[in-house]
Amino acid sequence: MEATSEAPALIATNGDSLRESFGKALSQLAYEFPKLVVLDADIAGGTGAHHFRRIHPDRFLQFGIAEQNMMAAAGGLAAVGLIPVVTTFAVFCLRAIEQARLSIAYARRNAKIVASHPGLDVGPDGGSAQALEDLAAFRAIPGMTVISPADATEARLATRAILEFEGPVYMRTGRSPARHVFGEDHKFEIGKGQIIRDGSDLTIVACGVEVARAVEAADLLKADGISARVVNMPTIKPIDSELLVRCAKETGAFVTAEDHNILGGLGGAVAEVLAATSPRPIEFIGVKDVFGASGDPEDLAEAYHLTAPHIARAAKKVVGRKPKKEKR
Amino acid sequence: MTAASASQNLERHASPASPVQELVAEVTQAARYARQHTISAIYHAGSGHPGGALSAADIIASLFGAELNLWPDTTQDPDRDRFVLSKGHAAPMLYAVAAHYGYCKPRDALRLRRLNSPFQGHPHVGDLPWVETSTGSLGQGFSVALGMAMGLKLQNQMSRVYTLIGDGELQEGEVWEAIMCAAHHRLDNLCVIIDYNKLQSDDTNANIMALEPLAAKWRAFDWAVAEIDGHDIPTILTTLRRAAATHGRPSCIIAHTTKGKGVPYMENVPAWHGSVKLTETQADEALRALGASRQEIKDWLDGSDL
Repeated sequence: MEATSEAPALIATNGDSLRESFGKALSQLAYEFPKLVVLDADIAGGTGAHHFRRIHPDRFLQFGIAEQNMMAAAGGLAAVGLIPVVTTFAVFCLRAIEQARLSIAYARRNAKIVASHPGLDVGPDGGSAQALEDLAAFRAIPGMTVISPADATEARLATRAILEFEGPVYMRTGRSPARHVFGEDHKFEIGKGQIIRDGSDLTIVACGVEVARAVEAADLLKADGISARVVNMPTIKPIDSELLVRCAKETGAFVTAEDHNILGGLGGAVAEVLAATSPRPIEFIGVKDVFGASGDPEDLAEAYHLTAPHIARAAKKVVGRKPKKEKR
Repeated sequence: MTAASASQNLERHASPASPVQELVAEVTQAARYARQHTISAIYHAGSGHPGGALSAADIIASLFGAELNLWPDTTQDPDRDRFVLSKGHAAPMLYAVAAHYGYCKPRDALRLRRLNSPFQGHPHVGDLPWVETSTGSLGQGFSVALGMAMGLKLQNQMSRVYTLIGDGELQEGEVWEAIMCAAHHRLDNLCVIIDYNKLQSDDTNANIMALEPLAAKWRAFDWAVAEIDGHDIPTILTTLRRAAATHGRPSCIIAHTTKGKGVPYMENVPAWHGSVKLTETQADEALRALGASRQEIKDWLDGSDL
């Protein structure tokens, strides 16, 4: 099944994409996790699972282009003691979400769903392929852990973490080469966010490809005299509410940033925590409840207002919304 | 003729010895008891799906009474056979057969569809140790059973996996994904039984979405196929044995059944698919038709301890 020398090269499978990092990590972790099996629906070259297939063909399970059967079968594989990792595109996870709900989450199975090609990051394939609803949809399933790593390093660490974790997980990877955010000393723990840039005027909470853009936005804001804290929040569920409450007290305002619909994803999760514990002004960076379109991922990010200048603009707006200090 | 092609038509196998009379009598009694239990449970619950539960009684009783390598004290044994009720709305029949064979207390299983009862309207794994997976959304149980069969083979375990699906369930696309997948992976430890009662929620299969030629479809997908009378217990038992001896391909038993079997006013009437409320008079009449004595009917209808 490996490509011959005449076959066209896969696009953008360079070492810096999250999917590649995930696929390579999975191949290595197979030695440590003998019960690990990987499920594919004819897009292993697109999800990074082709690395696993090459080294562990006997533990690579082909389901053909049939995601519903694959998703529910993962529940069955977990039921007999294996650790199934379902790999497909994020948009096809939506196709099989009812199987993930009933046969994985409701059945309390230790199965992992790893979705490449999330968000506008899919790029030229266009609106039909760009899942902008997956974080919201999977977050609404009881017991489902939802993760969106920021770069290739974090994707590698998160791949280990989800295998060590007992329970159903939905994790995004990414198609395009992603900017490095973290060094080799980075730590990843499910349910924990980290302050990766300190600041005092507001907190930008970001996940996935938006973390690098949030850091860039903090630099832009610094030039304008605004001190922005940046929190990397790779676990959307369960969200690190302790850290959010602390940031509310210390910075008093928030911008959330995600490559996802502004409804129901990271922004929704942050707003829920703040509304219930420590209400503060919040602005949302994300796709504003519309579908995507074809284009280069960076051009799309600009067109849909996900880039650093847009985050910086939202930051200024939210700082302006902070209640004025009471005069004596 | 290769072994694989010889096994494609399960009917053509040399007939194993007939099941012993005692076993047939025992399974027959189990099915009779389970039908009464099911009517009683649905009566007390005030809702449920009697038609498709009654049609499945003889099949589920045959599995638990004879075929499955499963006992009330081995429900967590990794080597056990698995049974998945993919047509999860027939849950009361699964509970009733399980109660008969000692997997749970019969009176407990009458607490159907109630708050804080493990006997939910559709089976849920974890609530009951002998329910293998949660079902109720048609098509999924089959895929889960397929995953179990695949995983057991990967781990070199000899256990077999059985799943009971409805005929209307065959209209779900996921079922055909699973049919293709199981044949591709040569899952000969997987046996699908179709409760072919010809009716679904609103009307006949033929009027809603025709299924025929059904056996030809499964054969074309490279399954070993048998068509049997799904109420003839000796035939069910011998066909299950033949399916277990099939090598190289999964097996499908198309069991022709009667929806509402055993209760004349329900038989072949789509309205009794459910979810329906049974009146005391209706429950009484059903139990009488199912052979319950006056005293037994009184006991079945008494819900004072539930």
